[in-house]
Amino acid sequence: MFKDFLEGIARSVRNGLKALGSVSTFFVQCLYQSVRRPFKVNYIFKQMEFIGVNSLLVVAITGTFTGMVLALQSSYGFKKFGAEGMVGAIVALSMTRELGPVLTSLMVTGRAGSAMTAELGSMRVTEQIDAITVMALNPIKYLVAPRVIASFLMLPVLTAISNFVGIIGGYLVGVKLLGINEGAFVNKMEKILGLEDIYNGLIKAAFFGIIMSVICCYKGFNTKGGAEGVGRATTEAVVASCLTILVSDYVLTSLMF
Amino acid sequence: MDNIAVRINGLFKSFGDQTVLDGIDLEVETGKITVIIGKSGGGKSVLLKHIIGLLKPDAGEIWVEGTEITGLKEHSLNEVRKKFGMLFQEAALFDSMNVYENVAFPLREHTHYPEREIDRMVEERLRQVGLLGFAGKMPSELSGGMRKRVGLARALVLDPDIILFDEPTSALDPIISLTILDLIKETQTRLRKTYIVISHDILGMFRIADKVAMLYDGKIIESGTPFEIRKSTREETQEFLRATKIPGFTGG
Repeated sequence: MFKDFLEGIARSVRNGLKALGSVSTFFVQCLYQSVRRPFKVNYIFKQMEFIGVNSLLVVAITGTFTGMVLALQSSYGFKKFGAEGMVGAIVALSMTRELGPVLTSLMVTGRAGSAMTAELGSMRVTEQIDAITVMALNPIKYLVAPRVIASFLMLPVLTAISNFVGIIGGYLVGVKLLGINEGAFVNKMEKILGLEDIYNGLIKAAFFGIIMSVICCYKGFNTKGGAEGVGRATTEAVVASCLTILVSDYVLTSLMF
Repeated sequence: MDNIAVRINGLFKSFGDQTVLDGIDLEVETGKITVIIGKSGGGKSVLLKHIIGLLKPDAGEIWVEGTEITGLKEHSLNEVRKKFGMLFQEAALFDSMNVYENVAFPLREHTHYPEREIDRMVEERLRQVGLLGFAGKMPSELSGGMRKRVGLARALVLDPDIILFDEPTSALDPIISLTILDLIKETQTRLRKTYIVISHDILGMFRIADKVAMLYDGKIIESGTPFEIRKSTREETQEFLRATKIPGFTGG
């Protein structure tokens, strides 16, 4: 009984390491194909549009309401000891350091990451990926590298937008709705928020972009078993990406700040 | 040696406990249509995927125009793949591109022809398969038979030496099947390239084949001209022929 239990754990660890190994190999291949000529610039732009431009509305709504609710919640706490002026600083710090990058990445995973897995998965099961290989071309170069590069570039941009609208949202709720002194709100924010808070948040976002796109493409690329397989791969990709983003967020934050 | 395009020696492949290819020996002549007939799930597609290097065998050799490909690295394998064109079972057209872009894709990626030249070549191939008016359509707007014809145009566009066909008539009605088979025969007669076709449709294949190889239990049990296969005394071949005959119908 106990032996079975141990064997079960050993098997899970072994499978986990195996998966980690093949995702890493996949990532290295993707890096290699990204720097090899010819560069597929038009493919990258197409993905930047899909991942970046088309996610704008979702990210803007998420950012605005997150900033708004942050102002609402923190003013409740700060009011207890008369420090409402700190609300602006708290909104700005939380958005730039944490909520901007993380929520943006999670939203983009749901919107664009899932689509990546589903698209590559159906290309795999309908032999379109094999067709590229048979044409003596590398499918990772055409399908994966553009998505990873586009995610790496667009996630920081989306995060910057999310930060901006989040702070505006916080300002509207804090100053216009709750009547916090505008001077104190802006002044404290300016004093406490440093440039490195913004930079580090954007670096995290770029990193999350790589994590999300590599996991989602990997799952799609290795889909098996028809339509059902595509569905399963998509679910797994979104869950695995979100969990990895949240765990690596802690690790990155503790290393960077 | 010179008139053999593909030579397979003692090819073995198993997935887990299941042996799919159990010592395949096969020679494919240059400039002929060779059809490999076998049951569904009998390893035909696996064999085809080995010929183009999508799968690696457990043992055995595959020679393509004098090059042994089983030990090749991806880069050298790609050089060999440039000799091939392939028509997939469901055509495998890129569904993010229209018909024109699908056929132009290999040209754009492998040649430096100006756009006008690409236009001309794509048009010519689409005319050959009778789909000139459909260049702007998306694959999802086409029927199964049309998709296969576009797939054939795409497979032929770079003028490869060897063209592989994975079940070209599966999932098509008998009339469309005949048009596809006639198109295969017609393009081969004109281009004189090596065609390798895998199928379970034995009667349809007699119409186009120069040579037929019977795949049974992971082995090539016999090969010959369609006439020789028809007259074969082997029980497995006869069983296959009997199963495709219509009861009470003496032709075929």
